[in-house]
Amino acid sequence: MIPAAFEYHRPSDIEGALSVLAEHGDEARVLAGGHSLIPMMKLRMADVPHLIDLQDIADLKGITIADGIITIGAMTTQHELINHEALFAAAPIIREAALQIADPQVRYMGTIGGNVANGDPGNDMPGLMQCLDAQFILVGVDGTRKVPARDFYESAYMTNRDDEEILTHITFASIDAGYAYEKQKRKIGDYATAACAALVTKDGDKVATASIAMTNLSDVPVLSEAAAAALIGTTCDTAAVKAAVAAALEDIDPTEDNRGPVAFKMHVAGIIISRAIARAWSRA
Amino acid sequence: MKDEVTREERVTKLKGLGCSRKRVEDARFTQGKGNYVDDINLPGMLTGDFVRSPCAHARVKSINTDAAMALEGVVAVLTAKDLEPLGLHWMPTLAGDKQMVLADGKVLFQGQEVAFVVATDRYIASDAVELVEVEYEELPVIVDPFKSMQSDVVLREDLDPKAPGAHGPRKHHNHIFTWEVGDEAGTNAVIDDADIVAEESMYYHRTHPCPLEPCGSVASMDKVNGKLTLWGTFQAPHVVRTVASLLSGIEEHNIRVVSPDIGGGFGNKVGVYPGYVCSIVASIVTGVPVKWVEDRMENLMSTAFARDYWMKGKISATKEGKITGLHCHVTADHGAFDACADPTKFPAGFMNICTGSYDIPIAYLGVDGVYTNKAPGGVSYRCSFRVTEAVYFIERMIEVLAIEMNMDAAELRRINFIKKEQFPYHSALGWEYDSGDYHTAWDKALKAVDYDGLRKKQAERVEAFKRGETRSIMGIGLSFFTEIVGAGPVKNCDILGMGMFDSCEIRIHPTGSAVARLGTISQGQGHATTFAQILASEIGISADSITIEEGDTDTAPYGLGTYGSRSTPVAGAAAAMVGRKIRAKAQMIAAYLLEVHDDDVEFDVDRFVVKGAPERFKTMGEIAYAAYNQAIPGLEPGLEAVSYYDPPNMTYPFGAYVCVMDIDVDTGVPTINRFYALDDCGTRINPMVIEGQIHGGLTEALAVALGQEIAYDDMGNCKTGTLMDFFLPTAWEVPNYETDFTVTPSPHHPIGAKGVGESPHVGGVPCFSNAVQDAFRPFGNRHTNMPHDHWRIWKAANDLGMHD
Repeated sequence: MIPAAFEYHRPSDIEGALSVLAEHGDEARVLAGGHSLIPMMKLRMADVPHLIDLQDIADLKGITIADGIITIGAMTTQHELINHEALFAAAPIIREAALQIADPQVRYMGTIGGNVANGDPGNDMPGLMQCLDAQFILVGVDGTRKVPARDFYESAYMTNRDDEEILTHITFASIDAGYAYEKQKRKIGDYATAACAALVTKDGDKVATASIAMTNLSDVPVLSEAAAAALIGTTCDTAAVKAAVAAALEDIDPTEDNRGPVAFKMHVAGIIISRAIARAWSRA
Repeated sequence: MKDEVTREERVTKLKGLGCSRKRVEDARFTQGKGNYVDDINLPGMLTGDFVRSPCAHARVKSINTDAAMALEGVVAVLTAKDLEPLGLHWMPTLAGDKQMVLADGKVLFQGQEVAFVVATDRYIASDAVELVEVEYEELPVIVDPFKSMQSDVVLREDLDPKAPGAHGPRKHHNHIFTWEVGDEAGTNAVIDDADIVAEESMYYHRTHPCPLEPCGSVASMDKVNGKLTLWGTFQAPHVVRTVASLLSGIEEHNIRVVSPDIGGGFGNKVGVYPGYVCSIVASIVTGVPVKWVEDRMENLMSTAFARDYWMKGKISATKEGKITGLHCHVTADHGAFDACADPTKFPAGFMNICTGSYDIPIAYLGVDGVYTNKAPGGVSYRCSFRVTEAVYFIERMIEVLAIEMNMDAAELRRINFIKKEQFPYHSALGWEYDSGDYHTAWDKALKAVDYDGLRKKQAERVEAFKRGETRSIMGIGLSFFTEIVGAGPVKNCDILGMGMFDSCEIRIHPTGSAVARLGTISQGQGHATTFAQILASEIGISADSITIEEGDTDTAPYGLGTYGSRSTPVAGAAAAMVGRKIRAKAQMIAAYLLEVHDDDVEFDVDRFVVKGAPERFKTMGEIAYAAYNQAIPGLEPGLEAVSYYDPPNMTYPFGAYVCVMDIDVDTGVPTINRFYALDDCGTRINPMVIEGQIHGGLTEALAVALGQEIAYDDMGNCKTGTLMDFFLPTAWEVPNYETDFTVTPSPHHPIGAKGVGESPHVGGVPCFSNAVQDAFRPFGNRHTNMPHDHWRIWKAANDLGMHD
């Protein structure tokens, strides 16, 4: 639990951070809240000769909401997400999910940017961002590009981000839907045994739109379009939820770990998904 | 002389027995001003770190330290070859076995110490660890004790397979000992003829005490004066001094062992670890102080584990439910070396308390210890020696018997309790229970939780479940435990030959304050608070004016340390006895000052008064001043005393616990709605400290019952080496505890106190487990093994067809 030596960089603007990245290539990593990267360095599983701490870059902080579009700076902490009233009004599912991430001490440090950018399948925000159809803003020396969260994740810890890019902001539309973030974990601070984000809108007594995404049930977050399709046009009755769950389970691929074997995880995933849908529908 | 304060005010000011005095330690602990081993930094100090084995069983073909030694800042890399000339490449364990300090030819568990790097700082040491090249030739791995007893693979090549071990003959090259207590033939005869027999096998899984502070030491060899000072995480500093002297050949007066503040022990810090030995050797070799502090993973993977008992039981009863006999066999997985911390004559600790709180006329216990490729240990994690295993065993057997008889488990307990008038009670397996009033405690507990009402609610829930109205079931966990603490009488309790007495020494200062030193060492128990209270009541000086010191072998009297809830029963008794010596002398001084006969004065709170003339008195302050400054015929000046206390018997605290739990059968998630704990620890010294102990012990019980385990895969890889996977509950996972008590003093302890630190753990584990199992009882459950984590609870439901 003693990391190897590293150079510590603390730029005050994005350009400064990009220039360190450009200079050192894959020998450099940016540091956000540090809750994934620092333990990996202490275990000497991540070798990071150059660590670029982003905490002095003011442009990466804060939440703005304009014309129904929410923009969150990558260095915004989970604690700030939870306590931002306008964000809660525009997208209450963020608070509901963030409150299920670890404990207050972790949430004071842990950031949304670090949570989505690291590509850790255990992190909660990637699945939620896919559910929200969020866009990630990536800045590199060659400019800025937008990548949909739904296209960002390739495999565990592997993402669409280039080594020399920094994820600076996340944007998504404010929501007017029933929502739920449902998570089962062994204890505070644990990754999900199974977690599900659900958004459902209503037209009359029928489901108009639906979005269902899951966490830690594959090596990447899983958006299940088939599950959503199974709900749309139904009254979200037992049969429809059952069909949606069956469709979602087709899309996941959990692995056995200390939380339990695959059969258990599949069963629990089904329960968590159905509860997320039911709660979202009750709020639609 | 005018006395302006009332007697009541004097009692309040004394802060003696029964007072919820705030913990004096907490001023420094809550402000980050504690002084732990890792806070000790000496000029020129070096730091050590271990190269550890990635393999669970392998031959060490070669160790190349060249690259590590070439790294700037590396001072030495020690291997077994370097320790061998000193005879320190192996060390004796507390259980009469021996253990490699550094790998000598082979490794026997993952995480075993292979080489010790010494460098100018912790970072360089860790860098150098990666540069040590070790060539391993992997050998077949055995992680199952039953397979180990059948295997041709010899784990311990250093042992003569035919020669007996420390506890008698060995049956197999991987067998350590057989320990038998009781009458097996008689027990079998009773069971064979019984109306009712219930049998069950259960596994008490491997777990770990996991104190907040891991283990560590700082050794400083002063070559000029020939003195070795060793600071470390020692629950028994005086024993460490003696062992260090015997091992190193340094005379005992030239060794000073200091336990500074200790951040929790729970049994983990009783034994001696390779890190301690290596820090000493490294300091002798380098001539400067050397620190070794393990990290969390090293703590979980290599220092002493707890439990790993495979228990098989048979219990017989009459048709009315009166228990007639109990048979227990244990296969004990001790890992690679037998490093249990038990009194020498008890290789399975006090497992023979497994007849529990019940009047069982005949019983038998047999224990077989077995080697496997797992970390060594077998310490008693927040329990007196193996008592949590014993209580779990009997409290599960009672439940299984109740199922067999289709009887209420509370009633089955009641009709089998040892009766108040049977104390002192001689158990079938050889113990003399000092005192108890189990029926009163049980009735009080059941009434407090409205037991009959709970059973009604549970039955309603079962019906609702069967009608498909809920997926939540309800469990009522019961446990009644008898602890056996305060080891122990020197006639049958020793560790490495050292009798398990304890001690207290007190020095009263002329102005009426005092310093007292004991052979124990607090690891969070609050000794500085509570020992001062015992002394305050005995000598009439306010607890606020008594400093308690422990843990420095140069100043404290010899004692066997703190574990097994022995501090209050043994050192606490020594404190009371030393107080009485002080009082006896004070009485003579008071009589002289008051110009009356010794027998004409009597002690009253904080003074001696002339009998029948309470206005004539001398306070303890006045007496202390006179003791030093007035020539009193026939008396030496001064006021100090020492007492070494050899307890005549163990003490037997007991308690009645009830847990009410809901279980979501679809996810396996338990929710604890109520936990009631009644403890009887005899005379209560500080109710607030007792309550804190109970909260802590219950929380560790919850941890063990509901998920905390050290698990291995078939290759001997430890799967639970971090706190992500090793369950340490937080405030979030812990329910509100309701505490209650009865008081049944120990008849042989000077103040009637029994000890309480471990009771809640001992009683808590079966209570949480029984709640889970009771929830499934109406659906056909008989027994499922701990830990009851989500997936195992889910599996219990699944196995009973509740997901169909």
